[in-house]
Amino acid sequence: MSIIHCQLSTINCQLSIINYIKMIVLNNIIKTYDKGETKAVNNVSFEVGKGELFGLIGPDGAGKTTIFRILTTLLLPDSGTAYVNGFDVVKDYRVIRASVGYMPGRFSLYPDLSVEENLRFFATMFNTGIRENYDLIKDIYTQLEPFKERRAGKLSGGMKQKLALCCALIHRPAVLFLDEPTTGVDVVSRKEFWEMLKRLKEQGITILVSTPYMDEAMLCERIVLIQSGKILSVDTPSTIIGQYPERLFAVRSDNMGRLLSDLRNIEIVKSCHAFGGYHHIAFVDRIAFAGQANFADEKENPQNALLHALENENHRNIEIREITPTIEDCFIRLMGNHYQPTANGFT
Amino acid sequence: MNEIVIQTDKLTKRFGDFIAANEITFDVYKGEIFGFLGANGAGKTTVMRMLCGLSKPSSGAATIAGFDIYRQTEAIKKNIGYMSQKFSLYEDLTVMENIHFFGGIYGLSGRQLKEKGEALITRLGMRNETKKMVSSLPLGWKQKLAFSVAILHDPKIVFLDEPTGGVDPITRRQFWDLIYDAVERGITAFVTTHYMDEAEYCNRISMMVDGEIKALDTPANLKKQYSADSMDEVFYGLARKAKRNL
Amino acid sequence: MKSSIPDSRFWAFVRKEFLHVFRDRKTLLMLFGVPVVCVTLFGFALTNEIRNAKIVVCDYANDDASRQIIGKLAASREFQLQNPLLDYNQIETAFKQGDIKMAVVFPANFNRDLLHLNEAQIQLITDASDPNTATALSGYATNIIMDYQQELIQLQGLPYTINTEMRMVYNPELKSVVNFVPGVISLILLLVCVLMTSVSIVKEKESGTMEVLLVSPFSPFGVIVSKAVPYLALSLINLTVILLLSIFVLGMPVNGSFLLLYAVSTLFIITALSLGLLISNITTSQQAAMLVSLMGMLVPSILFTGFMFPLENMPYVLQLFANIVPAKWYYIIVKSVMIKGLGFEAIWKETLVLLGMTILLLVVNIRKFKIRLE
Repeated sequence: MSIIHCQLSTINCQLSIINYIKMIVLNNIIKTYDKGETKAVNNVSFEVGKGELFGLIGPDGAGKTTIFRILTTLLLPDSGTAYVNGFDVVKDYRVIRASVGYMPGRFSLYPDLSVEENLRFFATMFNTGIRENYDLIKDIYTQLEPFKERRAGKLSGGMKQKLALCCALIHRPAVLFLDEPTTGVDVVSRKEFWEMLKRLKEQGITILVSTPYMDEAMLCERIVLIQSGKILSVDTPSTIIGQYPERLFAVRSDNMGRLLSDLRNIEIVKSCHAFGGYHHIAFVDRIAFAGQANFADEKENPQNALLHALENENHRNIEIREITPTIEDCFIRLMGNHYQPTANGFT
Repeated sequence: MNEIVIQTDKLTKRFGDFIAANEITFDVYKGEIFGFLGANGAGKTTVMRMLCGLSKPSSGAATIAGFDIYRQTEAIKKNIGYMSQKFSLYEDLTVMENIHFFGGIYGLSGRQLKEKGEALITRLGMRNETKKMVSSLPLGWKQKLAFSVAILHDPKIVFLDEPTGGVDPITRRQFWDLIYDAVERGITAFVTTHYMDEAEYCNRISMMVDGEIKALDTPANLKKQYSADSMDEVFYGLARKAKRNL
Repeated sequence: MKSSIPDSRFWAFVRKEFLHVFRDRKTLLMLFGVPVVCVTLFGFALTNEIRNAKIVVCDYANDDASRQIIGKLAASREFQLQNPLLDYNQIETAFKQGDIKMAVVFPANFNRDLLHLNEAQIQLITDASDPNTATALSGYATNIIMDYQQELIQLQGLPYTINTEMRMVYNPELKSVVNFVPGVISLILLLVCVLMTSVSIVKEKESGTMEVLLVSPFSPFGVIVSKAVPYLALSLINLTVILLLSIFVLGMPVNGSFLLLYAVSTLFIITALSLGLLISNITTSQQAAMLVSLMGMLVPSILFTGFMFPLENMPYVLQLFANIVPAKWYYIIVKSVMIKGLGFEAIWKETLVLLGMTILLLVVNIRKFKIRLE
């Protein structure tokens, strides 16, 4: 924020400062295991503002859990600094521990205690009771209430997640850390879970959530794409998608398996990845954008060239249409730089 | 695609009063990729266990690769491969040791082991990793290796229980390439997954809700039937009605 | 490290820990079943053996009181009276000849002492080369004599006391199975404190609940302390069960002070809890914690405590090694208090050793204590 701008519009300036309070800050965090052999987190920096629903998107082994553990003061970084709610994760660990909620990736409840016993226990640990912040968990807990006598170990995956969320929320934390809350949970429970997160965000709670499911990225306000301990991109999902540098097409035919290998052998196709019912392809740059003399009649519409090529390979019911990339497309593209292909691989 | 490799008829499993799987009836054809989907607790694991000969059904009938699941469980085990996200390989053995161990328990001879092991290593491009501990491999490689080991003995059917959980998007696609490869060689794949885009890679999909199969068709037909754009919507529409998910 | 003052969180934790223990039926069964089975089985082996044990009487008094007591002894099912001896010196010969398990000696003037001084002595001499029988027999005889004393008090309304003086021949130290009860106590306390504490802490590490607890305002040290409390309580309950069994089933009384026994046991329990904590600190899986507890603690305790294998027969190096096994010292203390009926003045050295070990372990624990995951 420039001084001039402040002078011009003091009110505006103050407002924006109030609106953007940094709740989580990471500066060049590095964390290694096995005496430096494995770099779990490699020079990671990002910030999360107050009240943001922020996603950490990446596969297993990307370093998501390590970042969570550093921020929840459970691990010390090798180098770099990190702050939660303005407090240093190394020096002020006691303050941070009192003001954050944390749901680890593993099932973090006592299976031999009942739903209610679990909740009561965690409430007491945080110096509070179920009553005090009941309004915050009411939505979620009412679904669990009919089973409050049941042992937590006998709950379904989705219900366990809800109970764990209640336990992490019971003391009305300023920041909520959720490490892969939806892993191994079915689509219905996942959808419900994200609905809950949205409502919690509306109550002003800052949420940092990680997930290996790329489609969940769209449900976050801002995301970090992370792979092998390195950040690939930090931004809003729509900005990341907007930055996708190529036009992307979805292709399908009657024989999807053969289509995949055929597409990879077609000269004008630059990249090709299976995406459910379609394969996503990008054309080599000169076709997609610059169009050279050799391809004079196709330069307007490279789809036609592809259609011909595929018809020559005896594909039937071919469908080609331009699409907006998904976060997964972006992830795959950004991963390309870091990826070491295997013999059967493709990048 | 007419030869039936899995045939179940009113397969039921009860645990006391609880009916985990209720009159499950379906056929799976040779060389098919059969997606076996369902919400948490719908009974997928129960059915999988019965089909692998690990658990006796309460009633109903089924044959796997032509063998009866009550009387011929040993024959079934010889003709199937199994891989799950949770357990697949021994982390403290090397790549080659794992290949030899799992090939060995399926009765491959020394020569077969050598040939198939070589072919597997070449296909996966792991020539330089054969002496490395499995624990030192990235997750994606482990999963690909685990799958290749599961089909080393050329089973008729391979059961894959959430094989790609947590794997990065590129490796996930490479994994499916391996499945397609196997299917081309005549192996039938029976797959569970939480990734709905992967459901679309299957030839046919069954949806389990509350212990029953509520839908079974090709992805395209299912989408048409439920007028949905994606399998995600089909799944959501069906599983949302589940009462048991508690 | 701030000490955590017991507050509501502390008690919530303790309550939770008890719920874990009571809901885990198998562990509970092992916890209380094993000592009960050990002690009762032993008790049965004993009672079968001592029906109609042959005893002799050497009665220098030959008065009303001595005759009445002899009559009671003769009437009991446990004893079969042999021809009385006339001379104290004949007792040893009688033992050597075999059969005789116990000799009862009445001093001259027994009745007169009793009536005039209100106090008299009876000596019970047992063959301690068979220590279970010896203890049990003297126990039974003491009971009969006490019965008589009660009757006398009720009849005369005066506080008569008959002291029984025990004497063991052949094996006065009672090295053998009589040491079984102190041995069982040491092992059970170790089992509960070391094994159960370390496993229950590591279980929380494995399940991820430890992460949540660490990321809470409750001090990490408080987590550990409140984890120790239930096991301390369980151990004391277990100790009581074993003692009750040994008194009422085995007829083996606690000869020394109960207070002293419980005080020293509490010290030993704290030693064991610190060991358990140390193990939970260095291990990350329940199996590893169990293995270290069993191999590292229980096995050496069985080997080097001296109640199964006499230490004197071991090579000198192993005898030296035995000194660092806490159970060895506790075992000596329990034996002294329970069987010999000795007071603190006899066991202060052993207690000091145990105290030293405990302080050392606690210091190491506090030094190594992790407020984070690594």
